[in-house]
Amino acid sequence: MIIINSLNRMDMKNINIYLFSILLIFSTIGCVREEFEDLPRARYSRTADIFTDNFVGLGTDFYFPYQGAKPNVFSVDDNERYKGTSSIRIDVPDANDPAGNFAGAIFRIDGAGRDLQDFNALTFWARASQAATISEIGFGQDFIGDTYRAFRTNVQFSTNWQKFVIPIPDPSKLLEERGVFQFAAGGIGPEGEEVGFSFWIDELRFENLPSLAQPLPRILNGENQTVNSFNGVTFPVTGTSLIMNNDGTDLSVVAAPSYFNFRSSNSSVATVNAFGEVAVLSSGSSTITATLGSSDTPINALGSLTVISDGPFLGAPIPPARNSGNVVSIFSDAYTNVQVDNYNGFFQFATTQGGLTSIAGENILSYTNLNFVSVNMFNSPDVNASAMTHLHLDINVRENVDPGDFIRVQIINNNGPGETSGAVNLANYKPLLSEEWVSYDIPLSDFTGLGTPNDVDLIFFVSDGTISNIFIDNIYFYR
Amino acid sequence: MSKTHKLVKAILFLSVGMIMLSACTETNELPDRGYTLVWSDEFDGTTGDPPNPENWTFDIGTGTDGWGNNELQYYTDRTENIHIDGRGNLVIKAINEPFAGRNYTSARITTKGLREFRFGRIEARIKTPFGQGLWPAFWMLGSNIDGVGWPQTGEIDIMELRGQQPSTVLGSVHGPGYSAGNAITTAFQLFDGRFDTEFHVFAIEWGSDFIDFFVDDRLYKRLTPADIPAGSEWVFDRHFFLLLNVAVGGNFVGSPSPNTRFPQTMLIDYVRVYQ
Repeated sequence: MIIINSLNRMDMKNINIYLFSILLIFSTIGCVREEFEDLPRARYSRTADIFTDNFVGLGTDFYFPYQGAKPNVFSVDDNERYKGTSSIRIDVPDANDPAGNFAGAIFRIDGAGRDLQDFNALTFWARASQAATISEIGFGQDFIGDTYRAFRTNVQFSTNWQKFVIPIPDPSKLLEERGVFQFAAGGIGPEGEEVGFSFWIDELRFENLPSLAQPLPRILNGENQTVNSFNGVTFPVTGTSLIMNNDGTDLSVVAAPSYFNFRSSNSSVATVNAFGEVAVLSSGSSTITATLGSSDTPINALGSLTVISDGPFLGAPIPPARNSGNVVSIFSDAYTNVQVDNYNGFFQFATTQGGLTSIAGENILSYTNLNFVSVNMFNSPDVNASAMTHLHLDINVRENVDPGDFIRVQIINNNGPGETSGAVNLANYKPLLSEEWVSYDIPLSDFTGLGTPNDVDLIFFVSDGTISNIFIDNIYFYR
Repeated sequence: MSKTHKLVKAILFLSVGMIMLSACTETNELPDRGYTLVWSDEFDGTTGDPPNPENWTFDIGTGTDGWGNNELQYYTDRTENIHIDGRGNLVIKAINEPFAGRNYTSARITTKGLREFRFGRIEARIKTPFGQGLWPAFWMLGSNIDGVGWPQTGEIDIMELRGQQPSTVLGSVHGPGYSAGNAITTAFQLFDGRFDTEFHVFAIEWGSDFIDFFVDDRLYKRLTPADIPAGSEWVFDRHFFLLLNVAVGGNFVGSPSPNTRFPQTMLIDYVRVYQ
């Protein structure tokens, strides 16, 4: 109303001058050429729809099943729909289906990807032939790096059509995304006896939902963790996820590390790249943290990873060259090893974590939270050490060695009713040392009770929790 | 004047006309009640200041039966729970912490005995907390509450919401014969946003025989004596005082869940009264 009144009071001439001034200003602005580098980047397709009653803009060759999944589980069903005439149908196989015991695939655009910056979620309607849990459902998996993968886990489908929302962790990063849909689901029932079912997906598209807000990003599952490492070691930041609140309901989405912007507090000790890969460079301590979102409004992720580098990794002493007839090697880079089932099999009451690992190119056994652990060979061909005289081991304790700390080594031969076994306490030979390799050469005759070691099935390392963190290398019998 | 000149002029006038037209059709015609500002608290102050004691007094503790609703919080006047943020807002913060036998603290302030009003436009600009079990409110009680008690005194809830439904605000009145579960309530849902992600203005316009409820100048409920149960009393023709609080748990919202994020804050940019 105010505008009208003031205009009415102006005479025509004034209006003309006024309006033409505006026109002049606009035309001047229009003529100013931007510097080339300031020009906005050309954007890829901003199409929202993936499937309505047909696939939208995915091209012809877009369906890629997972390795091991039953390949032909996917069809377009004209008898089921939430809206329109048809829906996507997935037939999850029975556990005993010879073609594969689960359904899982990606939909990858056959052609250029999409610009998803205008959206904040992938949404769809879904129902299942019976109430069922879908292990994974999301997008961003393209089998070409899966850089911006995001998915929800254990999503419950019912027999009624319901709408589902997969939040996009940071749309501003999705400038050309080809992986627009992904699912993985097994049958229903006890493990090994799962029965298949069908589910339907309709109205699959990207949306910008005003109801989706309050992002809570996390790395390391939101915990502040510490890891001891060595120069030259690289490893990924794990436990990256995001919780978004959709009109009161929290939705948790597993988010690829690439969605996050990482920072190292001391980049001379460790760096972290855009993919969340940490590279340890020199001794010292550095804390890895992350933010999500644009640099204008970054949101701090809960959780951090403090990397402590003890410096260069000092490997165990390299064993001497030996004639193959004089050594039966269980674990060593120096000799040809026998076949091993595993380096940390399941035992009731065992707390031990870890096993085979590679540090700066060297294979070692790394155990944490040790109470007892065994190298297992009972399912492998017999390990015959009957001609050997000694057992060799190198052990590096990764913590302080306190009075009363011990490691007992036990050999079990011919595991079962006819087994024999013997054990020795390493401290009886040489003291264990903190952060140093100690080599043990133990006569097999010291393993009282062990018969002829013609079928070595297990070698136990027992600390009863007195020592929690150890490296082991070069486990072999020799003569 | 050249022909081109005339054409340009015509187009320009047409455009201006279109703009003015669309401006007129897109807005609801609201009654202009000729209000002028009679009191406000803009919460301008230094970081950490308490709310102005000339305007506000604290309700402390747990009341009777958790303020009549089995609410879980202990209200304090500590800076942790309530303070001016130095950016022009009052902060009321609900914290998950053991305190005086409760597991949550928060704050509740009132203008009782300090600023009491009869009729006018009562408004506040607020960004709410969110999450299961959070219950923020901007509301009024009758000034004669100590004499006649509740619900006889009357209650007008200008804004309250359940944190588990952060897009839905409720406007309500309570009085004798229409209180608690039988209060007269209207819900207003935002479909283009949420109340916890940006500020919104919550208001009533109130006269002797009407109460109009607004969100951001959108009138969503008009209440008159004809709307209360037959034979019951319209008790909204006397003085009322204002309250601001964030409750945790209680009959209205249920308890927080393990996923409810704490602390939760309500930001109040201003409270204004026009008459």
